[in-house]
Amino acid sequence: MAEWFAMGGHGFYIWGSYAVTALFMVVETILVVRRKRTLLQRLGRMMRMNSEVE
Amino acid sequence: MNLFKYSAPSIFYPLAGRLATGFAVAAVLLLVIGLYMSFFVAPTDYKQGEGYRIMFIHVPAAWMSMLIYVVMAGWAAAGMIWRTRLSSMMASALAPTGAMFTFITLWTGALWGKPMWGAWWVWDARLTSELILLFLYIGYMALESAIDDPRRAARACGLLALVGVINVPIIYYSVQWWNTLHQGASIKMSESGGIETSMTDIMLWTLLIMTFACWCYTIAVTLTRVRNTILERESKTVWVKEMVQREEK
Repeated sequence: MAEWFAMGGHGFYIWGSYAVTALFMVVETILVVRRKRTLLQRLGRMMRMNSEVE
Repeated sequence: MNLFKYSAPSIFYPLAGRLATGFAVAAVLLLVIGLYMSFFVAPTDYKQGEGYRIMFIHVPAAWMSMLIYVVMAGWAAAGMIWRTRLSSMMASALAPTGAMFTFITLWTGALWGKPMWGAWWVWDARLTSELILLFLYIGYMALESAIDDPRRAARACGLLALVGVINVPIIYYSVQWWNTLHQGASIKMSESGGIETSMTDIMLWTLLIMTFACWCYTIAVTLTRVRNTILERESKTVWVKEMVQREEK
């Protein structure tokens, strides 16, 4: 397993590439999805507030 | 079928939601298959050994960085010509993902260049024009956040996107026009019309699967981002209120 992980001596470069790519794609997805949730929650709160005022 | 019907945010919003979910599932599936093939199916390269496996993310990311910019410029132009705000929103939704893929291209390129060329960075025609592409993306996003009025921002960003589009063919053909350290295109259209490549079939298929995975990922993330923008800008409309109520239940 360790031998496979070493990737013929290029392990650092290969895992450095794949790890950063995975990190960026995961973080971008989390940011977009979380922003959607906060927007929907805020809209919900605003509407409840408006309906109480009326 | 009147396509302009879909330029209305209220009609586009639910459609984009279904598309985003579908493409997200496809992206995950293709990524899992592609990654498995990248490491366990694709053979060791006779010259570069295992190091070449970086190709399976470097090349798709590079293609995406160029493709997304062209699509972004297309939406920006559509937004300016037909004054459809949704088109400008699509262009702005693409920019962050395009910038991300451009950075990934430069990063994985450096990590591949170090063991193969012995240098993290070289002022080479291909690398330099790709770096300019990153600045164009960042410039687009900075310009958009600097202008409050969405309509004026769309116009300014549209112009920047259109002016910058000339950089994409420069990147693509840089390896042929100048003698660059970066290798030439490994996939070419041969005269007989077929695809000519120096790669084995397995490598080619792994590359194509990873590329489709990146397409699906981009579509899913971009559509979700544009839906967020719609929610923000149309928050006072009736249809958004009804939609939020429906989702509250």
